[in-house]
Amino acid sequence: MSDKLILELVTPARQVLSEEVDEIIAPGSLGQFGLLPGHAPMLTTLQPGELRYRKGKETYHLAVSWGYVEIENDRVIILAETAEAEDEIDLERARAALGRAQRALTGMSAEEKEYLAMQQALARAMVRIQVAGRHKKF
Amino acid sequence: MANLKNIRRRINLVTNTQQITQAMKLVAASRFRRAHEDVLAARPYAEKLHQVLSSLALREDEAVHPLLGRQSSERALLLVMTSDRGLCGGFNMNIIKMVERFVEENAAGFAAYDLMIIGRKGKDYFTHHSGHNIVKIYEGVTSKASYGVSSLLGQEVVAGFCDRAYDGAYLFFNAFRSAICQQETVVQLLPIVPRETMVEENVVCFIYEPDRRQVLESILPKYVEVEIYRAFVESLASEHGARMSAMDSASKNATQMIQRLTLQYNRMRQAAITKELSEIISGAESV
Repeated sequence: MSDKLILELVTPARQVLSEEVDEIIAPGSLGQFGLLPGHAPMLTTLQPGELRYRKGKETYHLAVSWGYVEIENDRVIILAETAEAEDEIDLERARAALGRAQRALTGMSAEEKEYLAMQQALARAMVRIQVAGRHKKF
Repeated sequence: MANLKNIRRRINLVTNTQQITQAMKLVAASRFRRAHEDVLAARPYAEKLHQVLSSLALREDEAVHPLLGRQSSERALLLVMTSDRGLCGGFNMNIIKMVERFVEENAAGFAAYDLMIIGRKGKDYFTHHSGHNIVKIYEGVTSKASYGVSSLLGQEVVAGFCDRAYDGAYLFFNAFRSAICQQETVVQLLPIVPRETMVEENVVCFIYEPDRRQVLESILPKYVEVEIYRAFVESLASEHGARMSAMDSASKNATQMIQRLTLQYNRMRQAAITKELSEIISGAESV
């Protein structure tokens, strides 16, 4: 067993990543979890959040929305609906989306059909802004 | 010499048309290249999702999830994917014929069929012909394949199935084989049939989080969306491929026609000159 993880990140539109990494921290639907080499086989769903992976001393960040993770024999396959690296995020658009979602949510009750969709939009926008913010610091 | 003038006009006309078909061919070729990249890029995701789904679903009973089993056979939804623009050979007609045949032969054994149409060409045909029940028409979405649109479509189909408005859903589209070959295809969207061949022999005990049922529940609707997205992307590539070859043969036909007309034109011109000459000569002789 090697001491590396093979990370494959795929979205419907393209293969985003295929790399050897040391550690992955992913936003699971039950909370954040970390993956290290030698992990037991697992399959879990993701929620919109920040995906981090470490390669040597470098840490990389990505914003992902709904997806799932499969790990088997140190191969990690992440299927995400969208995935954007920190420097790919359109901050303006994310801010606009955040504003839109917030405005829509204030006038809505939790029973409405669109409430859930809007909440998801809000979560996605917040994750994008958060991840983009990390990029700025460096 | 009205006839000569006519032929000259026709030659000009065909030349102009040929210019258009040649330009369209080039445009289709460059669009095709992009669409082809999309097809290749969409494949890993779809395949991976399929694998996971199959390995999950095959170990579940049919009754476990409503999307996996057919309840009754009353009404089925047919999604028909056509193009918004014409001039692409038999692209749209092949699909339309296939749908007609499917309904006529009642291949799936449903009592009634509803149509959901994507693309203007499909709309044009089905609103004027045949008494099919059209529930929804989408226009102008095929110019660019986006996951967002497919996802909305998928949600609609799944919702219809869950509300028992439909007992099955089928997707008709042109599958992409190569630049010059498209194959009209029908795929059963709902109920979902896991392909058994996809399961690997070494069944590993996975840890499922939150649990297996919930994972399955979240993956199944996604599967429908991904299938629709894949059909979208393939249909787009097929469309450009079909247009490319249609325009290519149109340009070739135009070249042939121009040759034929030019020959005819020259012959007639020659005949006219000969006739005039002989008239002059006979006129001179009689003097």
